[in-house]
Amino acid sequence: MARITMRQAITDALREEMLRDENVFIMGQEVGVWGGTYAVTRGFYDEFGPKRVRDTPISEMAIGGAAAGAAMNGLRPVAEFMTINFAFLALDAIVNHAAKVRYMFGGQMKCPVVFRAPGGGGRQLGATHSHTPDVIFAHFPGLKVVAPATPYDAKGLLKAAIRSDDPVLFIEHHTLYQIRGEAPEGEDFTVPIGVSDVKREGSDVTIVAYSQGLQVALEAAEELAKEGIEAEVVDLRTLRPLDMDPVIASFRKTFKAVIVEEGYRSYGIGAEIAARLQEAAFDYMDAPIKRVAQFETPLPYSRELEQAALINPQRVIAAVKEVL
Amino acid sequence: MDKETLLEWYRQMVLIRRFEQRTAELYQLGKIGGFLHLYIGQEAVAVGSIAARGAGDHIITAYRDHAHALGVGSDPGAIMAELLGKATGVSKGRGGSMHLADVERNYWGGYAVVGGHLPLAAGIALAEQYRGTDGAVLCYFGDGSTNIGYFHETMNLAGVWDLPVLFIAENNQYGMGTAIERASAVPDMVTKAKAYAIPASQVDGMNVIEVYQATKEALKAIRAGEGPQFLEMLTYRFEGHSMGDPLRYRTRDEVEKWRDDDPIGILERHLFEKELADRENLEQIDAAVEEVVESAVQFADESPLPELDSLFDNIYVEA
Repeated sequence: MARITMRQAITDALREEMLRDENVFIMGQEVGVWGGTYAVTRGFYDEFGPKRVRDTPISEMAIGGAAAGAAMNGLRPVAEFMTINFAFLALDAIVNHAAKVRYMFGGQMKCPVVFRAPGGGGRQLGATHSHTPDVIFAHFPGLKVVAPATPYDAKGLLKAAIRSDDPVLFIEHHTLYQIRGEAPEGEDFTVPIGVSDVKREGSDVTIVAYSQGLQVALEAAEELAKEGIEAEVVDLRTLRPLDMDPVIASFRKTFKAVIVEEGYRSYGIGAEIAARLQEAAFDYMDAPIKRVAQFETPLPYSRELEQAALINPQRVIAAVKEVL
Repeated sequence: MDKETLLEWYRQMVLIRRFEQRTAELYQLGKIGGFLHLYIGQEAVAVGSIAARGAGDHIITAYRDHAHALGVGSDPGAIMAELLGKATGVSKGRGGSMHLADVERNYWGGYAVVGGHLPLAAGIALAEQYRGTDGAVLCYFGDGSTNIGYFHETMNLAGVWDLPVLFIAENNQYGMGTAIERASAVPDMVTKAKAYAIPASQVDGMNVIEVYQATKEALKAIRAGEGPQFLEMLTYRFEGHSMGDPLRYRTRDEVEKWRDDDPIGILERHLFEKELADRENLEQIDAAVEEVVESAVQFADESPLPELDSLFDNIYVEA
């Protein structure tokens, strides 16, 4: 298998699906002539033309709603929000319409749209451009929320998202575009939505993470291994529907858990995982479950301040040592 | 217009009115819950415009949506059952009054966030354009929707992409209880449409024949490749915004003045003047409509409630 960047994995997934199904098309700001603000769709405009690679005005409400409408009427749009921060403007279109039309009208329609949304902190973009608001979107039944951390998962999950008959928000952490990893080629390869994955085996502690948090967790696990502590790292990959089985199985083996997320701690992914763990495996709990999350401040611009607010391997290591 | 067509429009308008009068009664009895928004007074808009659509055209509207469902020919019993929250409702009891849909008839439903369905209409139209059909979308919305971002973003997108959307503004003069002059810096919709270079005209929304003709022309322009079109239908709702409306914002005189322009009355007068029907003909239609409405109520009443174990059905296609 070729080792490619996560950016390339996403590009390849989009291209393969567009070649496979002519109902798949791309719309969003600067996806066409510009080639994508993160260069994900570079070359697509020339290859597929303006009908299938559609530049939009800066109109998130219209992008969200029109993509949903096109999906309701038989197409498979991949609508890109330039950043997930701008998807706030389309929250109504996403959660009130894309996520609800099927249920609200008694199953008469489906809405197979994919919303791609790069986001996250760590690039000195200031408070309004640095959110990790994944939990907001994952709150609502009707929407599927996917947030991969490796090129392999990004490619396979995006292909699965495009083929899914349900609306999917596909979250891309912008600091992960350059990481490299293996990713298979070919039409048959997909990664199922809603399946968590053990990324590293270990018996001393369970670290639950996803997206950029997974890379932080894996780095922490390597450091801990040097001290003889073997962490098992579970990658959620999909936030809704949430697959707890591998998390619970791991916890029943290690009796301790640390949950890592880049978003805020309050009402976050960690809160949800911890609640579900105590419900499912209370008798296996040897220590309070710890959460490592972003400190609760708007993200500042200054590099040092921003990094101080974000998660890092040292904070994960410290949390692990507290629960051991 | 030939006699059969006009009598059919008369029948549809009376059906909408009688159907809704019955829903108001059922609401007072507590059989219908949630919000109930009546279309009474605006019947000519839905009936005349839907009559002008082609087989491949689509309909989408806001929450004042009973008339559009009846207009596309959905079963009145299934609509009434939806209002009563029954399993046999058009939306299986999941939608209620504000969320009727009948996708088999290209009716994509009523939407209850003001303006939220406008970009959906653009997307539905995009799919037709993408496939190269001549299908268009008739997108209905109230005057109140023209002040929300959705409206402006959708008008702009439809213009930029030349989408086959017929925007139909049902200007009933009030957004809830706020008069259009108090809510909109530009109270006439035509000017707003022209801001996006979308051809627009004003139509007497109380006259079903004029509504039909204007819609026909606009759809013809869309199919001739002239891009999105816009019609402002001047109309009036005789009842409140919804069932809990204190009606403090308009005078009795104003309502009475509009009631003189009752769209059903206007069509009646036309039929009599052209000697296409007499009082007896219309009374026969009224009686037939009465039966349809009563059997719809009976069907809804006797229908089963949704099974509680169906609560989780249709959240996703793939569970």
